[in-house]
Amino acid sequence: MRLDAKIPAGPLPQKWEAHRSHLQLVSPTNKRRYRIIVVGTGLAGASAAASLGELGYQVESVCFQDSARRAHSIAAQGGINAAKNYRNDGDSVERLFYDTIKGGDFRSREANVYRLAQISNAIIDQCVAQGVPFAREYSGYLANRSFGGAQVSRTFYARGQTGQQLLLGAYQALMRQVDAKTVTLHPRTEMLDLVVIDGHAKGIVVRDLVTGRVSPFAADAVVLASGGYSTVYYLSTNAKGCNVTATFRAYKRGALFANPCYTQIHPTCIPPSGQHQSKLTLMSESLRNDGRVWVPKQPGDRRLPPQVPPAERDYFLERKYPSYGNLAPRDIASRSAKQVCDEGYGVGPGGQGVYLDFAEAIARLGEPVINERYGNLFQMYEQITGENPYLTPMRIYPAPHYAMGGLWVDYHLMSNLPGLYAIGEANFSDHGANRLGASALMQGLADGYFILPYTIGDYLSTVTPSSVRTEHPAFTDATQEVTQRTQRLISIRGQRSPDAFHRELGTLMWDQCGMTRSEHGLKQALARISQLRAEFWKDLKVVGAAQQLNQALEQAGRVADFLEFAELVCLDALHRQESCGGHFRVEHQTPDGEAKRDDSNFAYVAAWQYQGDGQPPTLHKEPLVFEQVQLAQRSYK
Amino acid sequence: MRLTLKIWRQAQDNPKGTFERYDVDDVSPDMSFLEMLDILNERLMHEGKEPIAFDHDCREGICGMCSLMINGQAHGPDRGVATCQLHMRRFKDGETIVIEPWRAKAFPVIKDLVVDRSAFDRIIQAGGYVSVSTGGVPEGNTIPVPKPAAEQAMDAAACIGCGACVAACPNASAMLFVAAKVSHLATLPQGQVEKDQRVLRMVEAMDQEGFGNCTNHYECMAACPKQIHVKFITLMNREYLKASIKQP
Repeated sequence: MRLDAKIPAGPLPQKWEAHRSHLQLVSPTNKRRYRIIVVGTGLAGASAAASLGELGYQVESVCFQDSARRAHSIAAQGGINAAKNYRNDGDSVERLFYDTIKGGDFRSREANVYRLAQISNAIIDQCVAQGVPFAREYSGYLANRSFGGAQVSRTFYARGQTGQQLLLGAYQALMRQVDAKTVTLHPRTEMLDLVVIDGHAKGIVVRDLVTGRVSPFAADAVVLASGGYSTVYYLSTNAKGCNVTATFRAYKRGALFANPCYTQIHPTCIPPSGQHQSKLTLMSESLRNDGRVWVPKQPGDRRLPPQVPPAERDYFLERKYPSYGNLAPRDIASRSAKQVCDEGYGVGPGGQGVYLDFAEAIARLGEPVINERYGNLFQMYEQITGENPYLTPMRIYPAPHYAMGGLWVDYHLMSNLPGLYAIGEANFSDHGANRLGASALMQGLADGYFILPYTIGDYLSTVTPSSVRTEHPAFTDATQEVTQRTQRLISIRGQRSPDAFHRELGTLMWDQCGMTRSEHGLKQALARISQLRAEFWKDLKVVGAAQQLNQALEQAGRVADFLEFAELVCLDALHRQESCGGHFRVEHQTPDGEAKRDDSNFAYVAAWQYQGDGQPPTLHKEPLVFEQVQLAQRSYK
Repeated sequence: MRLTLKIWRQAQDNPKGTFERYDVDDVSPDMSFLEMLDILNERLMHEGKEPIAFDHDCREGICGMCSLMINGQAHGPDRGVATCQLHMRRFKDGETIVIEPWRAKAFPVIKDLVVDRSAFDRIIQAGGYVSVSTGGVPEGNTIPVPKPAAEQAMDAAACIGCGACVAACPNASAMLFVAAKVSHLATLPQGQVEKDQRVLRMVEAMDQEGFGNCTNHYECMAACPKQIHVKFITLMNREYLKASIKQP
């Protein structure tokens, strides 16, 4: 299979503008004859569904939560990047583009990233017009702050709840379309299969999570905005319901899965407190603006942090990366923290933690300023740990947070299956091997508000509207398969709960395919995953019926998919014999322990094609061609 | 810690439910409240009993999905937090904890502790937005917003739509929820054009859903995990009055 990313010709800065003007259009009267399914209502899904509704398409919006407003984008804290250069600090589209592509360790597509940087400014304008309450200066103009991986202040924010406010903006736009009857909501509904007819995506099969009813939805195009898969690690900063099922089911129907091993481990999370831990909580990266990261220079130092004199503290990020200091990119900050903990310098229970200290910032700026900037985060920290970060430093440790990998898409955000689109975290396209802070919100909204609404018309103009109905055998077959699979999960009647399997898989992935990976460890993991999968289908226990609300059954289905998907992550990590961004192979590092890329052999997107159960997937390579950027070893020193 | 739990169990499609008693031990004070329920559910499943259905998702207090009445208090005894942020160190060894769903006519129980809050979505559909379509908007800084207005709008917009205000109110009123959205948008220049129509439509939608009236108990503010202030109800009433007078 030849992977054509359909990157338009011409100089990088003009590609999108020129291309946009040549996309095929659907006339306003014809738009209402096309039906589009959007799965997921996070920033990407809600903004896409609302924008498509405004254009006049019939949109079916599906989410597993009880309301579209609860998608996990809501938990993003820190901010959203845009190249407005309001601070006169030398920012530009060019610089945002370069920072993003460098932050991604040169493993993303130039043209996509450039377009993202170009669109960034329009996103801010759109959100302001919707009434998103961004932070303001006393002049009434928009305020900015700085974030990891950048030396300019380009991040717009709404206290520590930027994701919430942007999502509510998109959700409100979506509710307006529901009122206008262009969008139909399907909350508490989970997509469990994709329907492909003659190679084109023509619909999905869903389970109503309240009644248990499995039913087919037909459409002219399907948009997956179903988010990322960090919960493959069980403990992550993602919501409990986050899962890979929608994109993985699409993969099993022929869509390519790209770069699954590119996962992001976020440096500033609250360390786990015990075996009962069900998820991890992120402390926004913005805290690194004013907090200093350190460990005692003496391993196993049990003194209270204020009693450790400055000379006996190792501010390891400032020491190793003097020009970026505490604002080094996430992958680098995470690995550095893991390294000092592995060497025995870690603090707190089990030595799994480093300090994030605000004492100096509080002395310099005063408590009220710190409270205004991070009040809700400090409160959240105290609630979880019982410690007051105004008095004692926070303890933080890295945790799985974001998936750069996702379904392979071309420049139009369309997968290799015509009519199937993937947007936001569900696709792979813009962040390469590591995502910079405040870029996920930017990408989700760029895809949903400003890219998909243009590119989807180009495809729809080539298909006859409502050409298939759910009576088609492909729908009845898929519906039956989903029903049988659900029934099978219930009828195993073994001994172990879905959660127990999920935990075991997560621990295995964290140990062998987490912040550092090795050939030996990955092979061990692969062997264990297939055993664990076999045990799952023999020993799973789900109590209750399939024809009603059954949360254990929902989880069982998601864990079943993770048990297959985890294998793909490990295979991808094993094949990529280099280190780049969040993918760190111990065999490939520089003498000072930094990631060592291999551009001559691995400057490509790895897109995997499903070949059947028990068969190894086929690898397809999309070479990454850089027209403008010079590939260099990332340096934040 | 050892605890006795009295939890509301209600089968799906059955209008009646009952309290069941569960004894749990080995509860760590560092556990979150929902982790304690996870452990109970694991045990129930192991015993072949149906686990307790409860809503939850982000488990960091922002998605608004979790919704438990704990010892008669929406989201439990701590101020300014959602159930998912409540930790067991807040309780005493040997304590009995009563756990119920949100109770309100407009929030019917689906099963056990899970209720249907879609009424909130329908209220937002009745105008809880600025009618701006994607594209064709002015440059962000051409709409300056005085800092105090931005702060007030953010205070109101912080609402997570969990429904604790309704559950805590003796009248099951949704005034705080509706007021938060009305005030968020009425405070900003972007929300001015539609503000009369917005408040009238949203209040009408609220009434249609069967929520009760506000009689100034302020239980909503005490229960609100985001500590949304009742002053926004005053602001909404003022907006409503002004809009009603202007109506032809």
